[in-house]
Amino acid sequence: MNAKSRDKLATIIIHILVAIVVLILAGILGNILITGVPHLSWHFLTSEASSYKAGGGVRDQLFNSLYLLVLTTIISLPIALGAAIYLSEYAKDNWITSLIRTTIEILSSLPSIVVGLFGYLLFVVQFGFGFSIISGALALTFFNLPILTSNIEQAIQGVPQAQREAGLALGLSNWKTIRGIVLPAALPGILTGLILSAGRIFGEAAALIYTAGQSGSTVDYSNWNPFSPTSFLNVMRPAETLAVHIWKVNTEGIISDATIVSAATSALLVIVVILFNLGARYLGNKLYQKLTAAK
Amino acid sequence: MKEVITAKNVKLNYGNFEALHGISLNFHEKELTALIGPSGCGKSTFLRCLNRMNDDIENIRITGEILFDGKDIYSPKTDLVELRKEVGMVFQQPTPFPFSVYNNIAYGLRLAGVKDKELIDQRVEESLKQAAIWKETKDNLNRNAQAFSGGQQQRICIARALAVRPKVVLLDEPTSALDPISSSEIEETLMELKHKYTFIMVTHNLQQAGRISDQTAFLMNGNLIEAGPTEQMFIAPEKQITSDYLNGRFG
Repeated sequence: MNAKSRDKLATIIIHILVAIVVLILAGILGNILITGVPHLSWHFLTSEASSYKAGGGVRDQLFNSLYLLVLTTIISLPIALGAAIYLSEYAKDNWITSLIRTTIEILSSLPSIVVGLFGYLLFVVQFGFGFSIISGALALTFFNLPILTSNIEQAIQGVPQAQREAGLALGLSNWKTIRGIVLPAALPGILTGLILSAGRIFGEAAALIYTAGQSGSTVDYSNWNPFSPTSFLNVMRPAETLAVHIWKVNTEGIISDATIVSAATSALLVIVVILFNLGARYLGNKLYQKLTAAK
Repeated sequence: MKEVITAKNVKLNYGNFEALHGISLNFHEKELTALIGPSGCGKSTFLRCLNRMNDDIENIRITGEILFDGKDIYSPKTDLVELRKEVGMVFQQPTPFPFSVYNNIAYGLRLAGVKDKELIDQRVEESLKQAAIWKETKDNLNRNAQAFSGGQQQRICIARALAVRPKVVLLDEPTSALDPISSSEIEETLMELKHKYTFIMVTHNLQQAGRISDQTAFLMNGNLIEAGPTEQMFIAPEKQITSDYLNGRFG
């Protein structure tokens, strides 16, 4: 076989392989959306889940998912940002730094069920938080931190070294250079990393089953006192999220329309995650344009 | 002629490697000094000693003395912010910050504690005019500085360095990343400005050094081979090796 036909063969094989990937992804997505979307309705989004009758919704689960996402982000962003700044700007190139990097890599591939069980032992049992939103948010922080940290670190390292030098040459301290020049320049990348990790948090189930719990308490959306047990803002109440709801309906649900509910919930989950991803791209591009060319 | 910066026997070591073997050189006020020499001869390293940009490199040791306005800049009493306000720097790659032209120029002023909006406005305009970039930017002051062309960005960086009214501006190959037209525009700008400021410029471009510098210093392998008025250096250098380099026989 000569070089030309070998090249042709390789091209064909690569195309076939990529077609397989696309087909699988399109198949999964299409299946979820086709079976789920027809059952999505305003009623489904705004009514409580029912425990034994048909016709329940996912209002609380949707809110819980978003609430957990916000809390997790509030907890994990500052920590990840600090760690990433340390790793990219302050850490010397030695064995301690590479140990930290390796640890982060290992943590980011930790199975989420392990994170969940760890969270159960530490937050639910040891700290006595019980099955609660705060236990879930802390477990999700553990789950989210490694990837968020390395995403932000990459974004910061993408800023040209010359920018830092220019800052220092102007008389800026190290910290002022980081805060005033490096972080603004890295912002689009940081934002993209943040929104992508938000998608992961939103769809996470295993880490939450043993931490945030599987049952919803009665939630009152007009009660703004976060210390009241029925308030929607109370972080000590157990909270089932969309992903956990899918799992529960399918394993121990006794409602007659379990298939419909889980299909619709899956579709909702996928749609929200897609929205996050599109939002990440849009915002990242917008910010990048603003930072590089916008008038 | 008044001397602004005086370097006496400056030696620089990275660990056990000595990169500069004792350089003594004077820089005159309101003149442009060109540092020339083959790659790796230490000219950029030496330049970066003059505003202490080498400080953060690990295992570095600098000995000797560098006097700026009669004061040793490596003394523990030196205020780095103050020093770098007096001794500005422009790099090879244009390095505008990722925000507007106005904020780029105003950054150094605000850092120096200038709060008066009118004064900042006035300095921004003045600096941009001095760097010959006012025409292109005056209607676009809020536009991101990184959206301009390479040559324009470099002049914005020169304006940024001038805004805090430094005495000396260090230029580290300021035109080597630019096209010939932008380069010659920057050269013209520097020719204008050298009546007001002291410039020290590292360059690989010998013609450029010949065209715009008043004094030239030739470095090789970490040694200062020869320094003197540019014309004299280019017409009748004292050392054979200088003549060989200037005539393109090596380097």
